[in-house]
Amino acid sequence: MRTGLASALIVLAASSAGVSGCADQPKSCDVPAYLLTSDSTLSRVASVVKAGGPLNILVVGSRSSTISGAEGEAYPVKLQAALREKLPGIPVNVSVELTPRKTAGDVTPGLGKLVAARQPTLVVWQTGIVDAIRSVDIDGFREALDEGVTALRNAGADVVLMNMQYSPRTETMVSMNAYIDNMRLVAQQRDVPVFDRFAIMTRWNERGEFDLFSPVHGASLAKRVHSCLGRALSTFLINTARINSAEPEARRQ
Amino acid sequence: MPPVIDQVVGVRTKASPASVKRDAPVVMIPTPPRERELRLDLLRGFALWLIFIDHLPQNLLTWLTIRNYGFSDATEIFIFISGYTAALVYGRAMRERGFIVATARILRRVWQIYVAHIVLFTIFLAEISYVASSSENPLYTEEMGILDFLKQPDVTIVQALLLKFRPVNMDVLPLYVALMLFFPLVLLVLQRSAGLALALSAGLYGLTWSFGLALPAYPNGVWFFNPFAWQLLFVFGAWCALGGAKRMSRILSSPATLSICAAYLLFAFYTTLTWHVPQLNHFMPHIAEQWMYPIDKTNLDVLRFMHFLALAVLTVRFLPKHWPGLASRWLRPLILCGQHSLQIFCIGVFLAFAGQFILAEYSGGALVHFLISVCGILIMCAAAWVFSWYKGVAGKGGSRAKSADGDADLAGGGA
Repeated sequence: MRTGLASALIVLAASSAGVSGCADQPKSCDVPAYLLTSDSTLSRVASVVKAGGPLNILVVGSRSSTISGAEGEAYPVKLQAALREKLPGIPVNVSVELTPRKTAGDVTPGLGKLVAARQPTLVVWQTGIVDAIRSVDIDGFREALDEGVTALRNAGADVVLMNMQYSPRTETMVSMNAYIDNMRLVAQQRDVPVFDRFAIMTRWNERGEFDLFSPVHGASLAKRVHSCLGRALSTFLINTARINSAEPEARRQ
Repeated sequence: MPPVIDQVVGVRTKASPASVKRDAPVVMIPTPPRERELRLDLLRGFALWLIFIDHLPQNLLTWLTIRNYGFSDATEIFIFISGYTAALVYGRAMRERGFIVATARILRRVWQIYVAHIVLFTIFLAEISYVASSSENPLYTEEMGILDFLKQPDVTIVQALLLKFRPVNMDVLPLYVALMLFFPLVLLVLQRSAGLALALSAGLYGLTWSFGLALPAYPNGVWFFNPFAWQLLFVFGAWCALGGAKRMSRILSSPATLSICAAYLLFAFYTTLTWHVPQLNHFMPHIAEQWMYPIDKTNLDVLRFMHFLALAVLTVRFLPKHWPGLASRWLRPLILCGQHSLQIFCIGVFLAFAGQFILAEYSGGALVHFLISVCGILIMCAAAWVFSWYKGVAGKGGSRAKSADGDADLAGGGA
């Protein structure tokens, strides 16, 4: 009952706040501050932004990093738009490397070469879901992540890890917790930030922001969720890189 | 843990083969308890409820379950009590009717648990197939890959029958099968020398950690509950039932032990708090984190085991055997559930599936979610009541008079 009341209040507050908001932005998909920052930093991103760009971001991810049939509305595209908006005057490019149906262990060997070829400042590595579905050996998963993060760093990129989506319909059929925990562990040991997509979406679902339970929604639900994720990720990157988004605004003078 | 032994007349066995050692621990073989140890039933019923709630997706009631307040959870309670009661019942059978008969009886129990597991697997398969094939949400194209395993039914189903392929939340019964399968041997050693059995068990636990012993699972990975590690809790439960608890009772009730336990529980509580309130993380020293994590459930992390011990010590201390509340009407449902553990466990798993299904198909608000949890628990209680009633009626039939077999329920543990 209390959550119901709380979410009603939040929706109310959000909708009144959203009146002034930009139109294509969904009414509210706010994320608590602690999920939008990290103790780890992104030093390369910070210095590139300070130098005026260009900021090249490569998203390496499975099928949940895109929306089939609406690729232009997936979170990487939204991330690019949001960053361009928040970092005026700095060229931002987000590209995507899809690795559908591949576990972390499958992806890891190619990461070094990928970074060498594309030269991104930052790699957002979204992974874990395929491993969880196939219930890959947890130690193997952790080692693969560890190797992957090291390879990305050695190749000269900052790294952000991104975990799974929260999917209430299959929540009890795929056990995610061990994979989420181990990703967090690797992140802690390697001092790499984690964008906790799982926690964020869990929260949205609990607050009634999105009805993630629903079996059929067409692409519209997916589009809205991705739009919110893209914005949240942009805030996360800016906070984590400790970029004062007002600072590089040369145009103000 | 609970000194059932207090009420149980200890009988000395004839000197064990190692009779040379005069100080070899006296083996206490309990005769059938006149009155049941209601605390065991109560706590096991409690664990059953928690397992049911934990198997449902996160909801309000989840916050009542102990895994949110410390390292260990209902599984530990369950395995320990199962070991404890198995030792009570089959220990008596072994003493009165010999190794072969007791073994046969244990194996019959193993078979029951195995069949129960397979039935649950079938139900799960039906549910997962339906959910996965009826959903078209483009947000979750990947998650629907859960059905991939059905592309090779020949392999998958055989692997399931071999207990190597187990879907989520179906790990407890296979663990129980494995533990019970070796229980005749364990019991044999326990009755010769309880200390030796416990030492062997701890040794196996140590070997598991140093050499990474594990049972392979399908399609890859290992058993979620590693029997080589979890046997420690089971054997420890059995050891307590056969006199260990009594031997330890002085240490257990000393103020020093109690305060150490309380301090440890507080530490665990604080640590779990940092998981839920990440802002607190700044107050957790980095070194402590590096040392503690990951807290391994698969191999029954020492931190978890200690946490369970601390909980058990405090429970025994503050829940006296003759606590009048045990006879109260309000605790009756819990006790009844605990007395039919295998059945209630299975019903709980089934209800969790059904609950998930309802939530998935008819969208679940917090309220529906809450109602499903409560209804599930009510159904479990009603079923337990029916089982008790039936047992009472069947018992009146008289002639069967196999009191020991009837009590197999007590030992059932049902995981």
